[in-house]
Amino acid sequence: MPEADTAVYAVRLKGVTKAFGRAPALRGVDLDLPWGKTLSLLGPNGSGKTTIIKIIATLTRADSGDVHIAGARVGRDGARARRMIGVVTHDPLLYEDLTARENLRFFCRMFSLDDIEDRIERVAETMGTTARLDQRIGAMSHGMKKRFGIARALLHEPPILLLDEPDSGLDQEALGLLDEVIGGGDNPRRAVIMTTHNLERAIALGDVMAIIAGGRVAHRQTLDAADADAAREAYERLASR
Amino acid sequence: MRGYFGPIFAVVAKDMLLELRTKDILVSTLVFGLLVIIVFDIAIDPTPSAVATVGPGILWVSFTFGGVMGLNRSFGVEKDGGGLRGLMLAPVGRDAIYFGKVLGSFMFMALVEAIIYPAFAVMFDLPLLAPGMVPVALLATLAIVAVGTVFSAMSVNTRSREVMLPILFLPVAVPVIIAAVEATGALIGSGEASELARWVPFLAAYDAIFLAVCPVAFSFVIEE
Repeated sequence: MPEADTAVYAVRLKGVTKAFGRAPALRGVDLDLPWGKTLSLLGPNGSGKTTIIKIIATLTRADSGDVHIAGARVGRDGARARRMIGVVTHDPLLYEDLTARENLRFFCRMFSLDDIEDRIERVAETMGTTARLDQRIGAMSHGMKKRFGIARALLHEPPILLLDEPDSGLDQEALGLLDEVIGGGDNPRRAVIMTTHNLERAIALGDVMAIIAGGRVAHRQTLDAADADAAREAYERLASR
Repeated sequence: MRGYFGPIFAVVAKDMLLELRTKDILVSTLVFGLLVIIVFDIAIDPTPSAVATVGPGILWVSFTFGGVMGLNRSFGVEKDGGGLRGLMLAPVGRDAIYFGKVLGSFMFMALVEAIIYPAFAVMFDLPLLAPGMVPVALLATLAIVAVGTVFSAMSVNTRSREVMLPILFLPVAVPVIIAAVEATGALIGSGEASELARWVPFLAAYDAIFLAVCPVAFSFVIEE
């Protein structure tokens, strides 16, 4: 990615394709996300939203196309790209037999972070989970695991957040905390990609919306207040495909 | 260098802590290994000539299949909670994850072998201390976990991972098992001493080759 683009775009996907066996999941996705923006990714089940997140997160290789994260080309410079992203998935990506603190400490070490205990306290406070830090993950409810999954993603203070249905299983309090994380105080050096099935949350939190259908970007628009109705209309038309 | 080795040791420490908490790997591999030796001790008449002939094979069946169980469990833990994907999100090369898993499995397997060998020696009337066994066991164990870690990462995503790992792994591990059995035979009296000089370098070469190739294969295997 040229240097000028690096300054503007946090994430860029160009012509990304991916198939699982013979089943195509993505058929040439072009997507870009400027710094300081939140992209809401919508689409019906199986449309390819999670695959896009996995490819950007370097969990899955694209069959073809280019993916750049803050200028780092995924595939060639994956480790650098991973330092820039925090990922929240359906699973908390934590070890059930370890306590939350032990899990977070482990991931701090994997990221070679300093001030480990302070960071753990900070992210736990952000997600309202301080009281549960010394509880085993396996003994927690789904919502609490999810909160710690978000805390894990925030440990290294990543400028880019990839959130795959982060709101599923969260209670109202946790949703409020998550919204604060996503909002990030309109930080110009923060970018968020969030998949969701909740159109109203997508409109409320996103600056840009893209609807994925059939492995392609079927619709894309900004989410100014005036555009909300157009977004709803596009979603109703494409989500049932 | 600390930047490269830090995450490797973090993976090892995490595996140790998990094992300390669950004791899944040590208990299952140890019990399995001891059962193999007890069954053979009952099944054959352990005369000195019989022990010299079949003893090394019994010992390495116990070590290898116990090791397979441990490797299965090592990646089962990663799969169950999505921990492997968490590891993959760390800003380290996939090889660091590989070496961390190899080192952890190596330590577990070496510990189990250190407990099983004395039991084997007592049951089959062999010397309790066999310093010559140490390099053979270490090299063969390293070979088993170096290759087994890749196949374990591969099989963990299959529906019948417990069955799939030995099916994939054992054909590739056959040269290691043969070398380990021959070298052990030379040490406990069934083989020529010169056999040791032949098989130990073979094991070292196998380790070197697979420790160079497997990290690359591992990075392809863990990414869907």
